[in-house]
Amino acid sequence: MKLRLASWTAIITRHAGLLPLALAINVFSASPFESPAGMTSQNQIDDLVFARLQELKIAPAAVCSDAVFVRRVYLDVIGTVPTATECQQFILDPNKEKRRLLIDKLLARDEFADYFAMKWGDVLRIKAEFPINLWPNAAQSYHRWVHDAIRDNRPSDQFARDLLTASGSNFENPPVNFYRAMQNRTPSGIAQTVALTWLGERAEHWPSNDLANLSVFYANVGYKATAEWKEEIVYFNPAATNAGALNGAAVKGILPDGSTVKLAPEQDPRVIFANWLVKDPQFARNLANRAWAWLLGCGIVHDPDDFRTDNPPSNPKLLAFLAKEFTSSGYDFKRLCRLILNSKTYQLASVLPGHSPAAAVNFAFYPLRRLDAEVLIDAVDQITSTNEKYASAIPEPYTFIPDNLRSIALPDGSITSAFLELFGRPSRDTGLQSERNNHITAAQKLNLLNSSLMQKKIASSRMIDFQTSPGRTPADIVNGMYLGILSRFPTPEEQHAAQEYFKKYGTSRRLPSIDLAWALMNSTEFLYRH
Amino acid sequence: MSAFYFDIEKQRPRISRREAIRRAMLAASGLVLADHLSFKAYAAPRTARAKSVIQIWMWGGPSHLDIFDPKPDAGYDYCGPLKSPLETNVSGIRIGELLPLLAKQADKYSLIRSMTHGNNGHETASYIVQTGRQPGGRLVYPSVGAVVSLAKGYDAGYKGLIPPYVVLTEPQGRFDEAGFLGARYKPFATGGNPAISPFAVEGVVAPGITEEHQKNRRQLLHQLDTLGQTMPDDPQIAAATQAENMAYDMILGDGAKVFDLTQEKAELRDRYGKSKFGQSCLVARRLVERGIPYITINYGGWDTHKENFQAMRRMLPDMDKGLATLLQDLGERGLLDSTIVWWGGEFGRTPKVLWEAPWNGGRNHYGKVFSAMLAGGGFKGGQVVGTSDARGEEVKERPVYPVDLIGSIYTQLGIDPTTKLPNPDGQPMFVLPQPTDGIKSAGLLKEIMSA
Repeated sequence: MKLRLASWTAIITRHAGLLPLALAINVFSASPFESPAGMTSQNQIDDLVFARLQELKIAPAAVCSDAVFVRRVYLDVIGTVPTATECQQFILDPNKEKRRLLIDKLLARDEFADYFAMKWGDVLRIKAEFPINLWPNAAQSYHRWVHDAIRDNRPSDQFARDLLTASGSNFENPPVNFYRAMQNRTPSGIAQTVALTWLGERAEHWPSNDLANLSVFYANVGYKATAEWKEEIVYFNPAATNAGALNGAAVKGILPDGSTVKLAPEQDPRVIFANWLVKDPQFARNLANRAWAWLLGCGIVHDPDDFRTDNPPSNPKLLAFLAKEFTSSGYDFKRLCRLILNSKTYQLASVLPGHSPAAAVNFAFYPLRRLDAEVLIDAVDQITSTNEKYASAIPEPYTFIPDNLRSIALPDGSITSAFLELFGRPSRDTGLQSERNNHITAAQKLNLLNSSLMQKKIASSRMIDFQTSPGRTPADIVNGMYLGILSRFPTPEEQHAAQEYFKKYGTSRRLPSIDLAWALMNSTEFLYRH
Repeated sequence: MSAFYFDIEKQRPRISRREAIRRAMLAASGLVLADHLSFKAYAAPRTARAKSVIQIWMWGGPSHLDIFDPKPDAGYDYCGPLKSPLETNVSGIRIGELLPLLAKQADKYSLIRSMTHGNNGHETASYIVQTGRQPGGRLVYPSVGAVVSLAKGYDAGYKGLIPPYVVLTEPQGRFDEAGFLGARYKPFATGGNPAISPFAVEGVVAPGITEEHQKNRRQLLHQLDTLGQTMPDDPQIAAATQAENMAYDMILGDGAKVFDLTQEKAELRDRYGKSKFGQSCLVARRLVERGIPYITINYGGWDTHKENFQAMRRMLPDMDKGLATLLQDLGERGLLDSTIVWWGGEFGRTPKVLWEAPWNGGRNHYGKVFSAMLAGGGFKGGQVVGTSDARGEEVKERPVYPVDLIGSIYTQLGIDPTTKLPNPDGQPMFVLPQPTDGIKSAGLLKEIMSA
């Protein structure tokens, strides 16, 4: 079956009106992915993105359909696929404000904190085992602390300050684990991690003086063990042997922006740095860019943790706008997400055949991305009503992992499964975003197409039992499975093709139903955000 | 030392005086890795002796005293009930009494009885032994298997259906084996159990689904993949299509046959032993025959803190059968010359037995001295490298550090030690550490490397 693509033209207003740009798009096809609605700028994000596209003479994709939107926004905000009922209600809801209302509803859900704690867990390297070696108790408490900060929408400046200035026991004061969750605990090693996390910069590429200057602020981080097994205290140690010139007399510290501050020997220089950091514009740019990259798959600066003068933002005004909004809101992270999610830019379709690389980095469409390992297995488990088995390589202390724990809520990067390893879950060794690998491989395809794991999950699922219960026709089954697995109704062509397949099996419903579920769960639509 | 400088002067035209002094100071300690270029003298001039590696990873840390370094004269507190080592078919070499079959193959392998790194933590020691590095930097280095996968796998023109780095049957999970090289270089874990027929390799062999059924449902998938069809030229979709085609080449093509052990004679399968380990050795041989460059058998259960001797009596007969038959079988098929078999774990175990409760005759972790075994692929048989002291507590002669063993394996594989490792920092990094990394070394295993 060949889908008729929307033939569309972009009509660009030449006169500055109320909107700097309005794109009218002619959509007449029955595409399940695009909406026939015209394109109007929703907020200033769209003004800036569309202006840039106009400059580059790139026509954007159409707005995505409601069915695509509901699946996309669930996946991006709560890392979870919507249920068949949730999809049906949304798709059939006539309320014109339904997208905005759904965004608000999802930002308030518990899974938002689970999912974003997973993302921050990558950045903050929450992992019990080698080489981070937080050990299970500390990994759990660190994760809980990060999770709760996200749930409570703690302002990001406070979040960063808490992590950067904490002292005390790794068990009693979870944010001290920021300083423990790194292999290299020398002053320059800590400085590199701080720069990567909070400035989105690779300090190892800075001029060596700059790295040395930042290291001065981390020359007095002390670590000591206690009588409690694997407990460690992080503290301000004015007499640190690696403090060098800091001992005794006050010296000056040079901040990354070049300004100098006086460092008194009795004062923890980490506090001075943190106070400077949260007011520095790069702090807001970094976090705004990370949020954008998490939601749209590509940073305005990309990689999102590689700000450099020779790696400029694709749309500087857009980045400046987001950073300004974020700062003036008092670093309200959910508000930032809400702003992005409500834009038409975010809501563009993923369908833009023959798109250029420039279209991709300027956000002319929503890019396809394979689901994260954790999100994918959670989706499979939700649909098939099964659980994944996880294990930690650490035998003692024994880590209790509840049976129904979702993968996005795993507290510790060392708790894993063969599936998660195969599908590129990050090892959380470095905090680099590029550790997460969502590129498809042949081994992954083998697993999805033909593993006993997938086969058993599908064959044993309650969905198959329900769909094949007496009285349901093949057409009902096809409708139900499309809604449950792909979050939409089938097109007439798809309904027809699926029913033809059922005919091969005579009156048997179960076998063709398993194959249909298998086919839908191996489709591009299932495996990729779109 | 002079040879070391000779190499540098010859191969690298200029080094600064300051650098030369710094290197001399490092090398003068005698225990720091010499310039990686000194390895080049062995690796570069000749073509590879070995084509494949079978790594038998003794996960947990096997007891050196009870296996390849018996100390019958140390007394009951050290050797417990295992006090009668066996003579082997090489005079002067004795091994543990639970290994009668390996005793008949000693001419095929060399024992290293002076492995050392001094670390007693599983995860850190696993990392040190399999990367040759020390932890502490920001990055995690790739294991030997991932490096071989880089140097001999798809990037080097490998075209096999089976991925170039296979682990039987589960990944180690202690550290990320691919390190900063990333997911492309991770091992393909077979899953399943080769001792159960059919060996259901995850994704490759799906019992109960006929070939016709496979084809039918693939057709259905294509009919219903509406999004995929709207943009076949999208890079993401093109990559997925390529991966799917490769997957079906395995499922419907010859890939699955490699894992079909029913193609082997029953008598040979019995000789390998019906254990999971024994049958894994047989699968490894079949993979070697098809040119897979690196196979790890992840063999767990050696962390014998408690009741060590009962564990030895239970597990060593399986190991003996599988490993001895593997060496013999590779030899008979003319594959041993081109296949390195590397046996070893992350450390040894405390020579002095802990008789008290709760250990009840147990042995703890011991990184100060332990054993490894190398066979084939240009490594001589019937040799012993290094010795431990009378109680197996210290290295007595010729320490061998992990990097020495790894460097020797790379040499036999013809992997240039100056091969660069792509890394996220964009820094120059090589398959072997640089002198500046301060890694301890006592030189390549020249004494067992055929000329």
